[in-house]
Amino acid sequence: MTDAHEHVFDDRTPGVEEHEATASYLSYTVGLVLAVLATIASFVVSQTNLLWPPGIPVGLIVLAFAQIGVHLVFFLHLGSGSDSTNNILALAFGVLIVFLVITGSIWITTNLNSNMMPMSVH
Amino acid sequence: MTIATTLDRTLTAVPTELARGRGGGGPASKRVVVAYGFWIFILSDMVMFSALFAAYAVLQGNTAGGPTGAELFDLRSVFIETMCLLLSSYTCGLGALSAERRQPGRFLIFAVLTFVLGAAFLFIEVSEFARMVQKGAGPSRSAFLSAFFTLVGTHGVHVAGGLIALIYLAAQVIAKGLRAAVLRRLLCWSLFWHALDIVWVGVFTLVYLMGDFH
Repeated sequence: MTDAHEHVFDDRTPGVEEHEATASYLSYTVGLVLAVLATIASFVVSQTNLLWPPGIPVGLIVLAFAQIGVHLVFFLHLGSGSDSTNNILALAFGVLIVFLVITGSIWITTNLNSNMMPMSVH
Repeated sequence: MTIATTLDRTLTAVPTELARGRGGGGPASKRVVVAYGFWIFILSDMVMFSALFAAYAVLQGNTAGGPTGAELFDLRSVFIETMCLLLSSYTCGLGALSAERRQPGRFLIFAVLTFVLGAAFLFIEVSEFARMVQKGAGPSRSAFLSAFFTLVGTHGVHVAGGLIALIYLAAQVIAKGLRAAVLRRLLCWSLFWHALDIVWVGVFTLVYLMGDFH
C-alpha cells in the first residue's frame, strides 16, 4: 500500500523541469545560446541581402517562431517531461485564440481597406 | 519533438489510476494548481497582446504623412535591449533554480542581476520613446505611432510591473526565507518574466525588423 503511494505520478508544474538537479543549468544555458543565435540571425537577415529580399519577412517569421519554441522548451520547460498534458493543452488553446485574433483582424481589415473609396491625406 | 508525440507519450506513460489531478492519485499539489492558474493568466495576457499586435499590423502603413518606422527606429539600441531582456530571462531562470535548491544567497545575486538587466531594458526603451516624442513623433502623430506606442508601451508597463514585483519578492525572501508560499510566488514570477521575453520576440520581429528591413 505505502509502496504504491511512493510512485504517485504528479501533474507537471509549468516552468519546472522534472529532474532539476542534473539538467537545469545546462538546459538554461543551451536555451540562452540558441535564443542568442536566433536573435542575431534575425537582425542579420533583416539588414543584409543574405536572403532573397522578398523572402525576408517569411524568414523573420520563421526565426521568431523558432526562438519562441526555444523559450518554451528550455526556459518554460514545456513538453520536456512526461506529465505536462494540461499545460500543453492550455497553451494549444491560447495559440488557437491568438492565431484567430491576429489573422482574423488582418484578413477583415485588408478586405475593408481594399473595398474603401480612396481618400486624400490632409 | 512534436506536441502530438509528447501527448501520446504522456497518455501512455501515466496510468490513470495513479495520475494526480486527473485520476485516482488524489488532488494535484497546491504548487501545481497555483502555477497552472498562473499559466492560464499568462495565456490570457498573450491573447490581449495578440489584439495589440493585430492592431499594429493593420495600422503599420497609416503614417498620415508623418515619419515611418524605418526613419525612426535605431536597430542598434533595439539589439542591445533585446540582449538585456534575454540575459535577464536567463538569470531569472538560474535564480529560480537556486531558490528551488534553497540557496537564498545565490538567489539574491541572480535577482539583482535580473533586476539590473530588466531596468537597463526599460531605460533604453523609455529614452527611445522620449527621443521620438521630442522629434514630434509622439503617439498622437499618426495611427501607426498610436499603435506603436500602445503595443511597445504595454510591454514596457509589464516589464516595469515585473521589476516592482521582483523587489517585493526579494524582500519576502529576505524577511521570510524560502518557505513554500514564497517559492510558489517566485515560480509564478519567473513564468511571467519568461513570458514577457516571448512577447518581446514578437515585438522586435514584427515592429522593428519587419518595419525596417533592407
